[in-house]
Formats: sequence, C-alpha cells, structure tokens
Amino acid sequence: MALSKFRELEFSLMSPELVKNMARVRIVTSDLYDADGYPVEGGVMDPRMGVIDPGFHCRTCGGGIGDCPGHFGYLELAKPIIHVLYTKFVYYLLKHTCRKCSRIMTVAAKSPKAGKKSTATAAKCPHCNAQQKKVTFAKPYAFYEDKEELSPMTIRERFEKIPDGDLKALGIRGGRPEWLILTLFPISPVTMRPSITLEGGERSEDDLTHKLVDMVRINQSLKENIDIGAPEFILNDLWELVQYHISTYFDNELTGVPLARHRSGRPLKGIVQRLKAKDGRIRGNLLGKRVNFSARTVISPDPRLSINEVGVPEIISQELTIPEYVTNLNIKHVKELLRSGKVNYVLRPDGRRIKVSEDNKKDLIDNLTIGWTADRQLQEGDIIIFNRQPSLHMVSMMAHRVKITPYRTFRMNPSVCPPYNADFDGDEMNLHALQTEEARTEAECIMDVKYNIKSPRSGGPVIGLDLDQISGIFLLTKKTTLLSKEDASQLLAEAGIEADLPDKKEFTGKELFSMLLPKGLNMEYKANCCENCDDCTRSGCEHDAWVIIKNGEVKSGCIDAKGVGAFKGKIISKIDTLYEDSEEVKNFIDRAGRLGIAFLMRRGFSLGISDLDLDSSVHMRIDQEIKKAEKESNILIEKFKKKELKILPGLTAEASLEAQIMNTLASGVSNVSDIIADNIKKSDIIVMAKSGSKGSMINTTQMAAVVGQETILGKRIKRGYMNRTLPHIRPGDLSPMSHGFVSRGFKDGLTPFELFWNIMNGREGLMDKSLRTRKSGYMQRRLINALQDLKVQHDLSVRNANNQIIQFMAGEDGVDPTKSDNGKINWKEYIV
Amino acid sequence: MTVPPLIKREFKEYAEKHRLSPQEQEKLMAIVEAVYQKSTYDPEEPVGVVSAQSLSEPATQMTMRTYHFAGTAGIQVTLGLPRMIEIFDARKEPRTPTMTIHIDKEHQSIEQVKKIAEQIKEVKLKDIVVSNVIDLTDMWIKCRLDSAKVKEFDIDAASLPKKIKLRGAEASYEGGNLTLKSKNLDIRALYKMKYALLETHIKGIKGVSQVVVTKEEDEWVINTLGSNLKQVFEIEGVDYARSFCNNMFEMYEVLGIEAGRTAIINQAQYTMEEQGLGVDVRYIMLLADLMTVDGEIKAIGRYGISGQKASVLVRASFEETKKHLVAASVRGEKDQLKGAIENIILNQLAPIGTGAFDLVGRIPEGFVAEEEEETTGKKASKTPSGEKSKAAKEKKHKKVKAAKPKKEAKKSKKSRK
Repeated sequence: MALSKFRELEFSLMSPELVKNMARVRIVTSDLYDADGYPVEGGVMDPRMGVIDPGFHCRTCGGGIGDCPGHFGYLELAKPIIHVLYTKFVYYLLKHTCRKCSRIMTVAAKSPKAGKKSTATAAKCPHCNAQQKKVTFAKPYAFYEDKEELSPMTIRERFEKIPDGDLKALGIRGGRPEWLILTLFPISPVTMRPSITLEGGERSEDDLTHKLVDMVRINQSLKENIDIGAPEFILNDLWELVQYHISTYFDNELTGVPLARHRSGRPLKGIVQRLKAKDGRIRGNLLGKRVNFSARTVISPDPRLSINEVGVPEIISQELTIPEYVTNLNIKHVKELLRSGKVNYVLRPDGRRIKVSEDNKKDLIDNLTIGWTADRQLQEGDIIIFNRQPSLHMVSMMAHRVKITPYRTFRMNPSVCPPYNADFDGDEMNLHALQTEEARTEAECIMDVKYNIKSPRSGGPVIGLDLDQISGIFLLTKKTTLLSKEDASQLLAEAGIEADLPDKKEFTGKELFSMLLPKGLNMEYKANCCENCDDCTRSGCEHDAWVIIKNGEVKSGCIDAKGVGAFKGKIISKIDTLYEDSEEVKNFIDRAGRLGIAFLMRRGFSLGISDLDLDSSVHMRIDQEIKKAEKESNILIEKFKKKELKILPGLTAEASLEAQIMNTLASGVSNVSDIIADNIKKSDIIVMAKSGSKGSMINTTQMAAVVGQETILGKRIKRGYMNRTLPHIRPGDLSPMSHGFVSRGFKDGLTPFELFWNIMNGREGLMDKSLRTRKSGYMQRRLINALQDLKVQHDLSVRNANNQIIQFMAGEDGVDPTKSDNGKINWKEYIV
Repeated sequence: MTVPPLIKREFKEYAEKHRLSPQEQEKLMAIVEAVYQKSTYDPEEPVGVVSAQSLSEPATQMTMRTYHFAGTAGIQVTLGLPRMIEIFDARKEPRTPTMTIHIDKEHQSIEQVKKIAEQIKEVKLKDIVVSNVIDLTDMWIKCRLDSAKVKEFDIDAASLPKKIKLRGAEASYEGGNLTLKSKNLDIRALYKMKYALLETHIKGIKGVSQVVVTKEEDEWVINTLGSNLKQVFEIEGVDYARSFCNNMFEMYEVLGIEAGRTAIINQAQYTMEEQGLGVDVRYIMLLADLMTVDGEIKAIGRYGISGQKASVLVRASFEETKKHLVAASVRGEKDQLKGAIENIILNQLAPIGTGAFDLVGRIPEGFVAEEEEETTGKKASKTPSGEKSKAAKEKKHKKVKAAKPKKEAKKSKKSRK
C-alpha cells in the first residue's frame, strides 16, 4: 500500500543548471571500456551512473541492481545545439520577438484591442522600431533570416534577452526559452540503457549508448578543432554532425533527416521511439502490464458446473497461489495447509521468501508465527477472475468460484459463453488469482457472474441457455411430453435437482419445468416457435406458442429461446429483476440447463442427411418454383433490352433491372422455403429452428433445396471477364444462372460454377470480418479514450475529470440500464 | 430524488384508470419512488467506460456493407459500421447526405407534395437537353432542349440564358435551341465549357440529386439524396418542425446545438437498430452530450474530445505522444491526476468506481488487537481469508472490513422486497 500519493505532475524544461546539478559525472571521453573490460571513468558507461551488472554496487548511491535508480551525467557541448523536438517553438519565438530588442511583437501589444493577438509578423518592432526580417524554418533544424542562416548561438543570444514578462504572453511557462538551445547535454543513466552480455563475453550496447558514444566523440573532436584553430568549414561540418547525433538521439524518425542506423542496418531507436505507439513505454508498459498469478489454457464445456464456477485443472491450482496472512485466528489452519503440502512459499516478516519443500516443511511448521505470510495454493471455492480476449465488454471479465478438476482444460458452464463470446473449438481463456482482500471483496460483490446476468448494454440478460439446453427444454415442455413418475424422478436426479414430486402417476414436461420456477412468478408472452398466424388466438394457440406462467407454473406454451435463451430470455430477465437474491436466477439457469440436457440425453437428438429428404412431388414443385422465378427474371431482362422495363424511382435502368431480378429470385426462394416448411419431415433440424436454439428455416432451405443468390457487396456477382462472369458464359448474358444464382441445395450438390460463386461469397465474408475487427477495434479505443473519465456523481450528474458537467441527470432520468428492465422501470409489477 | 416525468405520467394514467383515492395514490407513489430509487445509478459509477463499451461491442458484429436500400424509397444510404464511425468522427459532410421532409397538413394531397418535391429536386441543364453540338469554326455550342422535359419541370426556356454565367461566353435562346457563343478561340476551352454548361444549375436546390415521395403511415413524406435544410425550410408547405437531415452539422448550423445533439442521438440509434442491435439510448445520449457540451459538435478522437483533454498524460497516451509531451514541457503544464489513466500510469488507485472511496474502519469499543501492536499498519488492513477465519471474523467483530459503499449498494439491490 502506497504511503504517499502523487497529487500533481508538472512538466517543464530542463535548465543547464539543473542538468549540471543532477549530474554525478562529467563525460569527457567516448571510450566505453578499458583493456581489462572495466568501464572507463568519464566515459558513457561510467560506473557512477548506475549499475547494470549483478553483484556490483553503485559508486554513487551504493545500491545494487534494482535498488539504484541510476544517475545522470552531463556533457559540455563545444557549441550550442538546437533541441530538435522544440524547433517549432524556436521558430515561433523567432517570428514573434524582435531581432534587436527581443521583446514580444504582437500587434496587440500596442493596439487598444487587447486580447486579439495577431499571428502575423509585424514589419517593425512596436517597442524599438527596428525593421524586421523574414524568418524561415528549414526542416529539420535550420533557421534563416532573409536567406542568411541563424546559428544556434545567435538564436540563444536573442532568447536570453526575452524579458520574463513577455514569456507569459508568449505562452511559455515551462522555463526560459534559451533552454531550448542546448549547451549542457544530460547523459542518461546507464540503468535506462543497459548493455547485454552475449555468450562468449561479448557486450552488446543499447541503441542509446551507441548514439551517446557518437555524440561524445564528435563533440570532443569539435572541441579539439576549436582549440587548434581549425578552419571554419571543418568546424561547421563537425557542429552539424553533433547536431545530427543529438537530434537522432531524441527522435530517429524526423522528416528530412537520414535514419541513424545500427551496424547491421537496423534503424536505431531514439527516445521518442521508446515512448511512442502501441508497444512504446506509455501504452506498452505503463498502461498495460504483464501479470503474475495468472493461467491460460483451452476451455471446454461442463454443464454440471454452476454458471459462476470454473473448473481449474489440478496442475494449475498447484501453481497459482494466494497469500494467507498468518494471524492468531488462522495459524492452525495455515499450519494444516503447510503440512498437507498446499503452501508453496512462506514469507517471513523480514522479507525473506522461503520455498516450501519436503525437507524444510517440518522446520517451517514449527517456526511459523503470526506476521508470516503463506502463499497457499488455489483451493476449491476461491474467487478468481476469468477472462476471454478480446475483452470488449465489462462482462468479458467476471469472477468465478474455483472447482478443482482433473485433466488440463478450464471448464465452464456453456451458459456463460455468450458474454465471453466463447466457444469450444479451441478457444483459450485466462484466469487471474486475486492477491488482496480488497480485490477479492470487489470480485465477490461486483464481478460475480450472478450479478452480471443482465447486460449493461441493453438491460436484457446476456447469460442464458444455449443450443442443446434450449432444444431440450423445448422438447420437454411440448404438449405431448408425458413422463411416468419413475422417469420424472430419474430425470431430476440426472439433472441434479432436488425436489419432492407430488404423488401422481404421470407428469407433463411443463410440470417438471415449473418446479424450477420460483413461486409467485406471473407472466405471459409469445414464444419463439410462434408462426405469426394472421389471427392470434393467444391462449388457444395450436402451436402452443402462447406462454402463460401463473404463480410459478407453466399453464400453457412451450419454453424456448424467447423464455430462457441468452439475450432474449424473458423468464431469466424477470426472475433477475423480481428476486432480490441473485442466487435465484443463478440456480434457475443452472437447473434449467441441466434439465434440458438431461432430457435431451434420454430422448436422443441427432440429424442425418435423410432428414432433408423430400417427396418427389415436392421436388417437382420446388423445381417449378425456381424455374418460374428464373423465367420471370428472363422476362425482365427481355423487357430491359427492349427498354420497356419499369424504372424504379431514383434508379437507373440497369439498377432497376438488378433490383427487380433480385426481388423475383428472392421471392422465389422464399416460396420454396414455405413449401419446405410445410412438407419436410419434422426432424430435429426443425426442432432447432423452431426453438431458436440454432439455425433457421433459411438454413434448412439452403441444405434441402436451393441456396439462392450469392452476392458481392450486396449485388449480384458482376466481376470476372469483360461483360461476363466466367469464360463459358456469353458476353452480355444477364440471366440469373450467369450471375451467381445457385439453384441447387447443399444436399444435392452444387455445380462447379455454383460452388465457385458460393466460395466468392464466402471469401467476401472473410475479408469483411478481418477488416471489420480492425476498424471497430480502433473505434472502440477512441470511444474509450474520449469517455473514460466520465462518472456519475453523488447528485446523479455526469461529470468528467475536470468536474465539468456533461449531463445534469445521468441518462436524463438517472436510471442505470443494468438495474432496469430493458431500459424501462416496470413499477407496475411491484404494485399488487 | 423525485420520480422522472415519464413514470409520473404513467402513474397518473394508472391512478385514473383504477380510480385511486388520494390516500391510495400517495401510498402507491411511495412504492414507485422506492422502486425508482433502487434503479438509479450508484455514485462514482464509470458510465463513460460502460457507454463506450456498450456502443463499440455491438459494432464488432455490424456488417461492413456500406450501402443499403433505405426502405422502398430506393435511396442508398451509408449504414452499418462505416456510418457509425462517420457519426463519431463528426464529419462535416456525410458520405450520403439525405433529408426526410415532412409536409404540413394543408399540403397533404399527392399533387401538392409532388409539386414541392419538384421544387426541391435539382435540375441541371443536361437533364433537359436532348443533344448538343459543337461548332468549331464559329466557336459555339448548340443544345437542343427536350420540350417535353421543359414542360415537365415547368421551366421558362426563354429565361435560361440568364442562368448561364460562364466567363467569356454569351448564351441565347431561340426556338427550342440554346446557343452558347464563346468569345475566345481556344478549342480546348470550348470543350471544357461544354461540360460546365451542361452542369449548370437551372432549378431546385443545389446538391439534391434524388427525390422520392413515399407514404409513411397516412402521410406523404419526401426523401432526398443530398441535403440543404436551410433552403428546404423556405419552401411553402414544408413542415420545418419535423423535417430533418442526416447531417448533424447541418442540423446544428440551421437549428442550433440542441438539434445537433438530437440528430446525433437519432442517427446513431437508427444505425444501431437497423442492424438489429439493441443499445440503451442513455449511452447514446451521454455520447451526444459529451460531443456537444461546449456548444459545438466535437469529434471523438485526436482532433476532438481526446485531443482537448486537460490531462497531458491522457493525451500523450492516446495518440501523438511526442507532440503532447513536448508542448506540455514548454507550456509548463500541470497534470492534476484526476482521471483514471493518469493514476494507472503512476500505479495509484484511480478515483473511479470503488476507487473513489476511502476506507473508514471503526474498531469496536474495548477491542484490543493482540497482534496489531507488533506489526505495521500495512498488515492491519489485511484480513485472513478462508472460511474458517471468515467465521471467526464475524464472531469476534475483529474489524469493520472494507465496507465500501459499492459493496453495500450491490447488496442492497439484491435485498429488494
């Protein structure tokens, strides 16, 4: 726990005095190591600037590796150098100060219209009336005044004369402007540019060290040349070179500056490159960190676990630890843990960490006293955080309870897949063992799965039954399902549900399901299997699609995706809002899921190719329907050629034709779909489509009869050769067959050309997906960055970090969608 | 906190329907109020992050397909993820600007609506020209007008020459022909002039290339591609209270910032719903409010909200790290470290959510901590875990543990009647 807190962070410029004062060493030589391999004093690797080799101690502070933060050195530059990062400000200052008196030169300085600063350069100084010259900035670091170059020296002299009072007006508050021109250069501590020893004892220096060596060497030679009175052009060349090295030390991606390269040809990393972008210091190390106490492995389903449990492989549980602080209350417990080998490390109050082994176990048990800490292994019932990437959501990280299981995968209830967007085709997930009591408390009270059943996004449930669970419940609650008492009790036992069965011979599936519902639940809704009849008879529905639940008993209707599915589940949503204890919903989902699967296991559930078989008469009708659609399209094409086609408002003739062809074909396919719906065997495929557990009538149609139009960018397939899609097609052919209409189903098989079109469509989908994830990922980053510091205050207003009010009432009514029912408050339900 | 107006209205209706006496009403209102109270936000809830996630998580499921037919109207509009990005970027001009124009009650007959539509649709010279000829010897361009179209668009052909304002040329009209005489003799310029001539705006509102009249729920509505609200509002018969366009900048400029805000909300919500993705409006409203707090529409991103944040660290961590750090040092900026990111960088507890509260523990009277004297305060904040110690904790009232308001709030939610 931090004892002191940062309240404010101030940014400012470094003065030469500061550089000198904080430095411990004056760097005078570009040599790194002497003949014996020891760092040279006064060199860039001077041992007084910090330690990087294990076993050595810092000559300045005495700290070892990790204790010594490193210390700066300084280099006396032979001639002043412009700091590249500040060239923009140097240019700005040159433009707005007088070349003679260095006073600020804004028109506003004299005119009565104060406050309106003009950015235009004045021709004459308003203070000393000196005629001004035009200053130009040539990237990367040269300044000209009417074509005459300004040396850093002159610039520095000018800046020195700028009075402090003018600085404020110029917007400079971080220090004196002459500090933008370097005279003393801070040599960074060795700790921030450690060298690595390769095998064979050869040393490989950091990029920054290389840069510093160059800098010091050229600076030294410049100094010597000045001393011997070398000709001007030599001096200027060297000066320019120092400027280059210092510039690339800061930033090696400057426009107009050749990249400084390593001997191998790899561009060197400047300080800016270290900080910048995704893997830079800020985003890569300060905002995102690698963590300990975490595990990752493949996930697999286990419907017998509760939704807020997670099966952790034993090997993982032995590796992950949680600190147990030894007090007089738990010392016995910890000793017991130690004895059974469930403690990996013990931490003594003096900071020594001891690994527990068979040999020292006895000693440790004897010595263990209050004040020690034991890193105990993960146990059943521990709370941990479970996560799947990409973490787009708050529900991508939720707290689960540990259940130790054999084998090597994490196991989870399939009902929690939707929030994580997980499936079991090889997905991996991460687990984090919580290390502090605070973290565990928060995980328990906020992050537990049972408190996150309702999505904050829409106010509806994100957790619910899925796939087979829904199919099972749907089949169970069908009108025709009758079970003997023996079967019923067997089913409940298999599902792990404890309940007293009334003394009856036969049970309906609805009765069985009703046992899961809390007493006092009343609701009425239309189920997923509703066929949208023209006149709804409601409770008299022949498809049993009108669900009525009275006092926790299903009076009519099948329970399907609308009732218990993730995202839709009305029953789940209702139980969650109505019952104070989240255990209630959790138990409902657990038990309903298990019941569904148990029933499905007894009944059996499978599909085969023959499920898609159709009578030959039906086949004929389908063929006719498709032929009819094609014929109609051909008639449209004929009309188009004769220019008799009805042109749709706002479209060209070609576009109208396309739209009309697409419409005819689509309606043809949908007619086929209707025929199939009426005539196909009532197999398990239909059960899935009806209950909403997986698939739809469209999928069935595509398999059994006709795939339909394949599209690229929402249009019929147009690309390929000139005026035709494939070489065997006549140029200019507009018929459905030649533009991606697939008139066969998957079961019968596609022709090679049809398959080609199908694959074209599939490829488009793949491209779309990869493009979309990138685009939406960046959008999310931007959104999060813009909105991250908004929070609800105690008065329900929304404010940002500056305390600026964004909304007077959060969401205009102060209602948290997570606590609402799909965004609304159903207050009527509370009034009886 | 009083109950929001919507619930009040609902309650009033309910009360009238069930003929409740004032006493009953009062009693029931108390229940309603309690229900409302329980549904409000917990203080310090990070709504911003939740909003951002709620808006962008469904975006991953959106289609990239740019174009879609807007209903039967036959106008193609950008939708899906590209449109969403367009809204958040606050582009000055959307890729497909459209208007939805409502007509007032007095002009609801189909003839009148069509007349208004005609006034709106832009007519260029090329729309009414059958053929054009260039005469290179005399340097003129001759356009034959389609007399049927001239009639259809109700154009006074004789006044056409006045509308053509091309430099170095003179237009004249005679018997169904429009002639443009060039004064200089550059052939290439003449060709260029031909295109300029054909693109001349004759009638209607500039930029409105498509106009479709449709019936929406017993009412005639005009949908357009291309927008210019200001000019449309001047046409008689247009119901300017209900007409709108999909360009929030235009809405803002013509109708003010509140309209701009509403436009953002409506457009974002429409885009989401069109894709079949349910997102609570409150999140979209928060975003729209953030984009418009300062009285002008600001984009989400580098040049908008994120680039104008007060904290140097927040700006540097987003984009353009170098620029922000360098500028901060020259200006001598101070970071107040009030936000979440800044504190994460400094390895401190961020003042958001449960992190915004301090822990206050009260040691029960007469309690003497045996081990606390010998250890530091550091250890004092830790409690032993494990079921055994937990039971002991409760029994002995050892410490009032981490009673964060958040925890209590969450628990109280679940202890509803």
